[in-house]
Amino acid sequence: MPVRRRYPAEVPEATAIVSLSGVAVRAGAVPILRDIDLAVHPGEVIGIFGANGAGKTTLLRLIATMTRPSEGIGAVFGADLNSPDRFEVRSRIGYIGHTPGWYPELTLAENMAFVAQAMGIDEARVDDRLDAVGLSGAKDRRADRCSHGMQRRAEFARVLLTEPDLLLLDEPHSALDADAVDLVDGLVKRTVGRGGAAVLVSHDHVRVESLADRILRIENGTISTGRAP
Amino acid sequence: MSPPFWKQATTVTRRDLLRERRSGEVLWVTLPFGAVALLLIPIAISTDTVTLRRVGVGMFWVVVMLFGVLIAVRRTTSDSIAQRDMVALTGMDPAAVFAGTALANFLLLLLFETVLGVLTVVLYDIDLSGAEWFPLILILVAVGLSLLGTIAAGIVATGRSTAALVPLIVAPMSVPLLIAATQSFEGLRLGKSILTWILMLAVIALVLAVAGVLSARPLQETG
Repeated sequence: MPVRRRYPAEVPEATAIVSLSGVAVRAGAVPILRDIDLAVHPGEVIGIFGANGAGKTTLLRLIATMTRPSEGIGAVFGADLNSPDRFEVRSRIGYIGHTPGWYPELTLAENMAFVAQAMGIDEARVDDRLDAVGLSGAKDRRADRCSHGMQRRAEFARVLLTEPDLLLLDEPHSALDADAVDLVDGLVKRTVGRGGAAVLVSHDHVRVESLADRILRIENGTISTGRAP
Repeated sequence: MSPPFWKQATTVTRRDLLRERRSGEVLWVTLPFGAVALLLIPIAISTDTVTLRRVGVGMFWVVVMLFGVLIAVRRTTSDSIAQRDMVALTGMDPAAVFAGTALANFLLLLLFETVLGVLTVVLYDIDLSGAEWFPLILILVAVGLSLLGTIAAGIVATGRSTAALVPLIVAPMSVPLLIAATQSFEGLRLGKSILTWILMLAVIALVLAVAGVLSARPLQETG
């Protein structure tokens, strides 16, 4: 079981998996995020709340190295978010966004096999991982013929396959049945149990507060409060 | 441990070809439209054999260029941000993704050229002098066009340009390809050396390959 820490974190900044200092993100002239200071440490689960459009998803994409800071300094696994080093750490990040990213023409197993081949993971593990999320009967079904919930479950199977050190989940509990919600919790615990960290963006306060070591609230693009759950 | 460059590239190629096999976008949509275009042109301009033979090769290349670009950029507007994120987060080298995509596009374009080429010979009664050079010319044009289309698709995928700009990006760049391809066939018909045109096609392909590999990472970052 991971050791739970309380805000503020006790681990020195140098060991942080994610370290953001004075970070701003702009889309053209429009500010999306501003003055973001955040450190995420190994074994830590962070929950992020905020209204629609507050900048939660942009913050997750920033941490996932998919968006670059317009200002400030940011690093993930020590890789500067403004340097090409960030390419090297991407395979250590598991990101599940709002929309599943499967190729509609391919089966769930083929989609997973593509990820395995791309990352040099043994393809034999694909079936096991789909079985683990309850999709053994649907693995040969095309992604576009699977329900949204099944596609979400398959994304959890992808996380089990790639075993990331940093798990980033955007609204992980939406459109899921009770079993799948438990799967999310299991994934988070499994990741932090291996010494990784997880960041969850959600509107499900009860569920996230039961998992998180720290809760952050984003308002108008900046972190307004940080507290223990 | 990431797989080596070419393993990553062939993974992307296999994915694209499998998607194409399932969707049949090239085989059942673009290819028939290209064939219809070649069928309609003789009806529109003349049924005179001499005229058709004169314009046939040019018509073939125009159809290949126009429809070939559609083949090369076919996924640009349909692939979602989530799909691009998934690829990026596998940690694959963007240059390998570019090479794999271009290779899949090349194979589809070569198939497209070959089928339309046979149709053009039948419909337009094309002079087959120097036919032993045809495969090389078809391959070089397919390489150039696939690279050009893949670069254009990468630019559009950044979200800073719309798909409507693809023709504007591709059209000027495809002119040298079109000229070299048509002049090669003209040279063969007249029994002249086509080495200069072959060299031009090879240089275009090389320049586009280097440009594509070098721009792959910045383009992925901008997206």
